[in-house]
Parts: sequence; C-alpha cells; structure tokens
Amino acid sequence: MRKTINFLLLLAALTLVPCINVDAQKKKAKVDVSEALKGYFTPADNGAVRPDGDGFIRRWMILEPISKPNPTNRVFTETYTRTELSKEYFPGQLTMMPKDGDQVTVNMEYQAPVDLTSNRPRTPQGQGPQEPKWVKAKLTWHALDSDHFFVKLFRFATGLNKDRYGVIFWTVTVINCEEDIENVRLSLGSNKAGMWWLNGEEVLLVAGDRHMGVDSAVSDRVTLKKGKNVLRGATMNGPGMSEICVRFIDGDTGKPVTNYTVSCN
Amino acid sequence: MTNKNIILGAALCMLSAGSAFAQGGKPFIHDPSCIVECNGKYYTFGTGGGGLISPDGWHWESGAVRPGGGAAPDAIKIGDRYLIAYSTTGGGMGGGHASAIMTMWNKDLDPNSPDFGYTEAVEVASSLVDEDCNAIDAGLLLGPDGRLWCTYGTYFGHIRQVELDPETGFRKEGNEAIDIGRNMEASTMMYRDGWYYLLGTHGTCCDGVNSTYNIVVGRSRNPHGPFIDNVGRSMIEGGGKMVINAENRLIGPGHFGRYIEDEGIEKMSFHWEADMDQSGRSVLAIRPLLWKNGWPVAGEAFQSGTYEIQSERSGYALELATDFVRMNSGMGMFGRGNTDQPVVKVEQQKLSEVIDTWPTGNAEVRNGYYMGRPNQRWSIIPVDEAGGYVGGQYYKILIEGTNRALAATAACEVEAVAEYTGADEQLWRIEQCTDGTFRIMPKAIPGTSEKLALVSLGDCKPTLAPFDFNNDNCKWAFKCFTQIK
Repeated sequence: MRKTINFLLLLAALTLVPCINVDAQKKKAKVDVSEALKGYFTPADNGAVRPDGDGFIRRWMILEPISKPNPTNRVFTETYTRTELSKEYFPGQLTMMPKDGDQVTVNMEYQAPVDLTSNRPRTPQGQGPQEPKWVKAKLTWHALDSDHFFVKLFRFATGLNKDRYGVIFWTVTVINCEEDIENVRLSLGSNKAGMWWLNGEEVLLVAGDRHMGVDSAVSDRVTLKKGKNVLRGATMNGPGMSEICVRFIDGDTGKPVTNYTVSCN
Repeated sequence: MTNKNIILGAALCMLSAGSAFAQGGKPFIHDPSCIVECNGKYYTFGTGGGGLISPDGWHWESGAVRPGGGAAPDAIKIGDRYLIAYSTTGGGMGGGHASAIMTMWNKDLDPNSPDFGYTEAVEVASSLVDEDCNAIDAGLLLGPDGRLWCTYGTYFGHIRQVELDPETGFRKEGNEAIDIGRNMEASTMMYRDGWYYLLGTHGTCCDGVNSTYNIVVGRSRNPHGPFIDNVGRSMIEGGGKMVINAENRLIGPGHFGRYIEDEGIEKMSFHWEADMDQSGRSVLAIRPLLWKNGWPVAGEAFQSGTYEIQSERSGYALELATDFVRMNSGMGMFGRGNTDQPVVKVEQQKLSEVIDTWPTGNAEVRNGYYMGRPNQRWSIIPVDEAGGYVGGQYYKILIEGTNRALAATAACEVEAVAEYTGADEQLWRIEQCTDGTFRIMPKAIPGTSEKLALVSLGDCKPTLAPFDFNNDNCKWAFKCFTQIK
C-alpha cells in the first residue's frame, strides 16, 4: 500500500514539476542584469560599436538558455550536433531579429536544477534513462556587451540563475558594413558544440568536447555584404565551462577584420 | 639502397613508433608528477595517492607513497628535500569546483628509509565552489633566480600562478594569484635560455582510448606571461603549440614533466591516457625532450631495427673494418649506354657474398663512407633482461645477420666481438639529444666505472670518451632500413 501511495505521489510530482518550473519562472522578480552579470557583461545600448582591437565581436543578443539535458560531453558528434540544433525550439529562430527584453516561448526538455556541490550531473541511480519531459517556457533576449574578448555563456546562465549545464545558447548579432567585404571567414573559439549561420546560411559547425581557443574553427570564405548581416550561433553544452569568442578574419592571411560595426538591431 | 629508400625506411620506423611499450614493468599511473631521483631510485606520484618507483628509470612498479589523496601531484627537489604539491579534489564538471593546492616536504622518498616522512601539508592556493578557476593540477618550477612558481587550474576557467617560498613551501606572503592561461589542464612551467614556458594539456581526459588529451606550450620572457604560441596566440586566449599528440596505439598524452639528465640530454614524462597494447590502461611515458627553434618537441621512442649509424661529425658510417668488396652489377655507364634497354633493379650486396672475406674473431670497427654494404648495417635490438635508464632500455648492436656485436674494451676503445654474450660492455644506451642527434653509451666498460660515450676522433676513428653535447664528435644519427618487430 505504501508503495502504491509513493508511486502516486511520484507520478503527481512528475506531472506537476514542469508546471511548477514554468510557473516559478513567471513569478520571478525582474533581474537587475547589470548587477547579475557584473564582471562578464554590460547591458548594450541601441547603437553600433566596432569589434575590439583584435576583431572580437562583443555585442550580442543572447537568449536565456534552452534546457537540453546532456549529462556528458561525449555525445557531441557532428551528426548529433546538426540534428539537435536543426530542431525548431522557437518560431523564427533562424529569421527573427529580437530586441532586448523580447520573450519567446520555447518547447524544451525539463531538467532538475544542478547541485553545485555535486560532481557531474547524472541520471539518478537505479532509474535508468528517463523519457524527456517537455515543457514550454518563456525565455528572454538580452542585449549585452561582453566585458572580455570571449563571451562567457556559462556566466550569462549562472548570473541569471538559469540552467547552466545541458543547455543551448542562442546568440545573434548584426554586422553593419559600409560596403561589401569579400574573402573573409568566420572564426570561432568554442569549448562546446555549435552551429553558426550568416544571413540565414550555415557557415560553420563545431562538434566534440573542445577547448576554447582563438581561431580554433574557421569557416569557408564568405562575403559580408553592404548593409546589415545577421550572424546567429547556437552553442550546446553538457557539463563544464561554456564560452565562445567570435571574429571575422581575412580569408587568406587570417588577420582580424575590423572595418565594420556591430549592433543588436 | 637509395637515399629515397633510406628516407622511406626512416618514415616507416617513425610510423610504427606507437607500438612500443611506454615503459617497462607495470607503469600504470594517471596524472604523473615530474620524475625525481632520490638516492639512486626514481619516483613519480599520481592521482589518488601513491605512485611508482623505479630502480633504473625504465622498469616501474607501484610503491611510492604520497598521503593526502586528491589529484595530479607534482614533485620537485629543492636542496636536499623534495617538495610535493597536490590538489585535494579531482575537480568537477558539473559543479564542485571547490579545491585546494597543498604542499608538503619529504627528506627521502623511499618509504623504507628512516628519513622518510612527510611534513604536514599546507594550503597554498584554493578555489571556491563556483569561481572561474578550479584549484587542481599543480605544477612547480624553481626559476633561474630561485623563485618558486606554482601553476594550477583546469578547463573551468583560468590557469593561475602563485609564488611559493622555496624555503618553506608556503605561499609567499602577500602574493596574489595571477591568471596566465585558460581552458586547459595539467599546467606546469619550465625555463630555458631566457624563456619561461607554460605547458598544459588540451582535449579530453579520463575517457580511455577516446581521450583526446594532447600537450601544448606557449612561452614568454616574463614568468607571469603572456605565454604566446607559435602563431601569436596567448595561452590566455586558448592558444598553445603542440608538443605531443596521440600516436597510433598510444592515446591521450597529458601531464608534462621535464627531467634534465645532462647538458643536451633531456626527457619529458607524461601519461598516455590509454596504451592499447596494455589493455588501454593509463601508463607512464618518458620520451626525449627536443628543442627546435626555441620550442620543446617530443622526440621519438627509439625503435629496434636495422640502421646505418652515422657520425654527426663527418657523416661517415660506423662499420666493421673489412676489405671493400666491389659489386660487379650496377655499373650504369653514367646513365648513358643503350637507354632503350629495360630498367632493372640492382640487388643489394648480400652478407653471404662478403662474409668469407671478413676477419674472424674480434674485429676493429671504424667510420667510412656509407655504401649500404653488409658491414655497415647494424641491427639494434632491445635486451629485456638488461634493465635500462630513464626512459629507455639497453640494446645490443649487431652486424645484421650475424652475432658480431659492438662492444666497449678495457682500453676504452670499441670493437666488434665475434659472438654476442650479453656482457654489460656489449649493451648500449641510446638517448636522443635535445637537437635530435643521439648519444650512444656502453652500459659498462671493463675495468672502469667512468661514464663514456661513443665518439668519433678524426673522421674514421670511433672510440670512447666523455660526452660533450657541444661537440659533434660525440653525436650520431640513425638511418633506418627495416624495423625489427
């Protein structure tokens, strides 16, 4: 009998948890972003800025992390990365241009909060693989300037008290060019798997359990066209640190390209 | 054999380098410290406590003792004591980044010695549960100015550097940790010719044959960096020039340690995350440490095979002193003659064609123009029961297809004895120098304990004399024909 009650309680809990999670998010007080992300990010204004002296793009729209539980980094093959990042998580994810504070409703897998005093997040002992529990959540876009050449996505998540491991970070920025800039390449340092699109076209995919090194992954040659170019990236992590550094480099020499501006619109 | 074939042969030897055992004995360890010598024995410590002991630097068995548990220790000899650093935890991927670096001293590393005994460990650095650093994987460097540096950190944020007091092993009072790198593990520093080098390990650890660990380096004139790699990237930008990567059946090199044997003879210790010839276990490895254009490069493990042994002084080849026997085929008429005739291979001169002309009994050896002849082809074969030295084992050096063995004599000369017997003077230590050439030394010389090396005096006279790295007389090259499995 006691087992039956326990089972019913567990069933009820599993059913309610996603609702509670989403509801709790709605009720949260508005976060002071500048304080929460201090040392890593500063709220960006509506203007345009140059990339930094080494060509790194620091101005980004970043969506609060989409839960995608991955308890290990061993799964990030090319196929897995492409499959998972080609799914639709929110409408217009490869076409929309968000504004600061915009919210999108995301269909995502629920995961329990990480216990920071524990080691790797694992499937609870004895339960075996779990069926994903899908939840809908409203996630907010934030217009931010990174305080560093790198964009520390992990600190974006932790600062906003969001899921930090087993998530997907969507990042968008606008590259403004006074004229066509031909023969450049997207250069990425990322310690996690990801996909990148320039003006809606896939230009780079990185897979594996990586370390973030400047220019560790480079696209084929692309052209930054006169006017606005939209660069989107999706970075998917498991446990561990998540950060990226992004710039354009000359297609032949590898030297940074800096003759453009970056904005969030 | 043409030059092209020699090069191909050499390439084949290199390609097969991954199949040799990393070290003798049971060298099973993860995250090994630098190797330290103590009273004629060699020690390295690993994750979880304990470590390996070797009587000769080649044959390793468990038995070293290190209290404290935790992970990835390092060891350094300062004066007549040994300072051991280790981390209290192994780090955490999903949280749990609170850790501390501890140091402790020991007078003697032999657990059976009356002088053995660790001092109480003291904390010299730490990380909080959720900061951008994980205080594990300590590395120690005593700089040329006597300052003692300790680096630590993992993928979770920064690699940090603190200064320790070389007298006490404590953190220097008032010292602030400095960020000097990022996104790597197993950091350590070394110093050479005015450069400070920061080494680290990129890739994934602890995943057996799937581990992608590899060792990288950057350098700086300043002990605090910035440490720049060969293409101008700072280690704090995630840069790093490759020192060693996986090799065939040896996977995941990590946790660099430097061991200086003599001027021009250096070794690097590390672990292979998985040796596929030893059940995929994590094993200690020791390789020659080479320096090219100011950068550290991993040398190759020496492979048994048949070689030309070439004097670095003259380019001449070590050979058994025999009459030159002319070959009658292959007289190519300077490439002229009837060019319409089919091209055919000229057979190599065979041992059976010349051996009857050779002196019997012990014979002189000399250096001569290399011609690919049987008296110039040396088969170099490891002798398992003969023991070894740091990173290598002893070899017998025989004229190919014979038992005629290169040997040291009581007069401190060299000869080819008629029959190999396994005597110590017929065993040779072969070590790659920091410039890629080789030092060749007999295990013993009859009647003397002096350590001498094979040396060229004049162009044609091989003999035994003290090794001088700055003298090409003392150095040799090996040109591989065939590998011996």
